[in-house]
Amino acid sequence: MSTDLPRNQHIIASGLISAVGITVAYTSFTQEPAGAFVFPRLISSVFAVLAIWTFVKAVLGCSKVGAGISGVEMRNMLPGLIVTLIYAFWAAKELGFYTATTIAFFILLTIYDPAPHNAPMTWIKRVLITAGFIAVMYGLFAVLLNVFTPREIFS
Amino acid sequence: MEFLFYMGDVFTPINFGLLLLGTIGGLILGATPGLSPTMTVALMIPFTFKLEPQQGLILLGAAYTSTVAGGAVSAILLKIPGAPANIATTLDGHTMAQKGEGAKALQLSFIASAIGGLFGVFLLIFLTPVLAQWALAFGPSELFWLAILGVTVIGTLDSSSVVKGLLSGCIGLWLATIGFDDIMGAQRFIFHSSVSGGINVIPALIGLFAIPQVITMFAKGPKGTDAEIIVVQHHPIGKAFNEIFSRKRALAIGTAIGSVIGLIPGVGGQIAGLVAYDQSKKMSSESAKFGTGHPEGVIAAESANNAMVGPSLVPLLTLSIPGSPTAAVLLGGLLIHGIFPGPTLFTQYPQVVWPFINSMLIGQILMCVFGLLIAGWAANVARVPPAVMAAVVLGLAVFGSYSVQHSMGDVYVMASLGLGMFFLERFGFSAAPLVLGLILGPIAEANFMQGAMIANATVGQMAYFFTGWLNWLLILIVVASIGYSIWMELRQRRYTTKEDAQA
Repeated sequence: MSTDLPRNQHIIASGLISAVGITVAYTSFTQEPAGAFVFPRLISSVFAVLAIWTFVKAVLGCSKVGAGISGVEMRNMLPGLIVTLIYAFWAAKELGFYTATTIAFFILLTIYDPAPHNAPMTWIKRVLITAGFIAVMYGLFAVLLNVFTPREIFS
Repeated sequence: MEFLFYMGDVFTPINFGLLLLGTIGGLILGATPGLSPTMTVALMIPFTFKLEPQQGLILLGAAYTSTVAGGAVSAILLKIPGAPANIATTLDGHTMAQKGEGAKALQLSFIASAIGGLFGVFLLIFLTPVLAQWALAFGPSELFWLAILGVTVIGTLDSSSVVKGLLSGCIGLWLATIGFDDIMGAQRFIFHSSVSGGINVIPALIGLFAIPQVITMFAKGPKGTDAEIIVVQHHPIGKAFNEIFSRKRALAIGTAIGSVIGLIPGVGGQIAGLVAYDQSKKMSSESAKFGTGHPEGVIAAESANNAMVGPSLVPLLTLSIPGSPTAAVLLGGLLIHGIFPGPTLFTQYPQVVWPFINSMLIGQILMCVFGLLIAGWAANVARVPPAVMAAVVLGLAVFGSYSVQHSMGDVYVMASLGLGMFFLERFGFSAAPLVLGLILGPIAEANFMQGAMIANATVGQMAYFFTGWLNWLLILIVVASIGYSIWMELRQRRYTTKEDAQA
C-alpha cells in the first residue's frame, strides 16, 4: 500500500498542474482582445502539452523523479504549515507585523525545539530568543529601512 | 582597462563598509547548512532598497561571493556542505579535519577560493565588454530566442527531469504574463487583487527560494543539531600558501573548469566543484590519495566553485540572461533599481557596473582574509537549531516581501508561490527554471511582439524568427540542450535499471 503512495501523489500533483495548464490555455485562446494573448497562447500551449504528458506518465506509473511526501513528513510539517498560513495570510495584517511575528516565532520555536518542555530554562531561552529576534527585526525594518507595517493591534 | 578608473569607488567609506558587511555576513550565512547562496541573496534584496544602486549591488555581490566560499566551513568541519557547490569539498576536506588538519583544510579552501574567484572576476572584467559589443547586433528575434534559451537551458540542465524542468520554465513564463498587457492594457489572468499589478519579482524570488527551505526544516520535525564540530588546530598560513603553490596543477584545473562551467547558463557551482575534483583526481600522480584527506581535492573543488561566480554573471550583464539562479536573483536586485542589464549597460551605467565588478575583485581578497579569521567561529552557526533558523527565515521572508511595495499582496504572493514550490519540488520540479521564466518572460514577450510587428511589415513571421545565422545558432543551442538532457536522462535510467536488475 505504501509503495503506491508516491504514485498516487504524482497523479494528484500532475493532475492539478494539468488542470492549471488547460485552464491557462483555454483562457488564452478565448479571452479578448486576442492581440494581448498572443504570447500567452504560445507558452500556454507548450505548458498544457507538457503538463498532460507529465500526468499521463504519472498515471502509467512512469514518474521516476520526486519522492513525494511521506506520512511522517506530513505529520511533522503540518503544525508549522498551519502556523505559516495563519501568520502570512491573516495574522500579519490583522494583528500587526510585530505582534504576529512574535506569536508565530514563539509557537514555531515551541513546536520544533527538541528541548524538554518541562524545564523552565527552555521557556526562558525561547522567550529570550523571540525577544531578541523581534528587536533585530524592529531595528532593521522600522528604524533602518523605515518600513511602515500594518497598524499593531496593541498600539 | 576602464575598470581601473572606477576602482576608487569601491573604497568610499559606505561602499567599503557594505563590502565588508556583505563579505562577513555571507561567510557566516554560507557556513549555515540549509541557507543557500541564492536564498541568502534573495533575502538580502529588501535591505538594498534604501541604498544607491551601486551600493546595493556591492552588498549583494559580496554576499554571493562569500556565501559560496563560506559553505566550505561546514563542509570541512561538519561534513555538511553549506551549499550544493561545496559537496566536492566534503570528500577530502572533512577527512583532513578528522586527521587534525582542519585549519590547513580551511586555509587551503579559502586561498584556493580567492585565487579561483579572482581569475573568474578577471574573466568577467575582460570578457563582458567584448561580448556586450557583440550583443549590440542582437535584434528582437535574437533576444526572443536568447530568453527562450535561458529558460530551456536551465530547465533542462538544472533539473533531474527534462519535461518537468521545461514545465517549470513554462509555469514561470505564464506567471510573468499575469497582470496588464503592456501594449493593449488588457487584463490577463488576474484571478486575485494581489496580482492585479503583475507578480513582483522580489517577493516571488523570496518565496520560491526561502519558503520551501522553511517547510523542509519543519518536515524534519523537532530536531536538534547533532553535528559535531571538529576543533581547529593552529596551522601557519605560510605553509598553506606553499602547499597551494606546490599543487599548481589542481589549482589550475579547478580554476579553468570553474571558469568555463560558470559561462554556461544553468550549470552551477555544484557541477563545477565535482567536475574539477574528478578531473584533478584523474590527472593527479597521487590519485589514490583522493578521498583520504588529500589537499588537492580541497584545492580543486574550492577553486572551481568560486571561479564560476564571476563568469556566471557574464551572460547576465551582457545579454540580460542570468546564468544561474543566484544571477537571476541579482537581476532582480538590478531591476528594482531601474537598471536593465544588456549590451548598453556599460555605456549607460558604468558608474554602477564597474564598481560592482571591482567590488567582487576586492571581495575575493576580503573573503580570504576574513574567512581565515572567522572560519572556526563561523562553524558554530551550525549549532543553531533548525527550528530557530526556520522561524527566522520565515519572519525575514514576510517582512522582506512586504517592504518591497508596502503591500500585503506581495506577502500573499510570496507565501503562495513558496508553498506551491515546496510541493512542486517534492514532485521533481525545480525552482531555477521557474524563476528564469518569471524573469525572462517579459523580455521574451516584449521582443516577440516587437519582432512580430517588424515581421508583419517586412518578411513575415516565419522568415523573421527562423532565418539568419544567429537565430539558427540560438535555436540549435536550445534544441541541443534539450536533446543532450534527454539523452543523459535516458542513459541514467538505463544505468539504474541495469543496476536494479543486477541487484
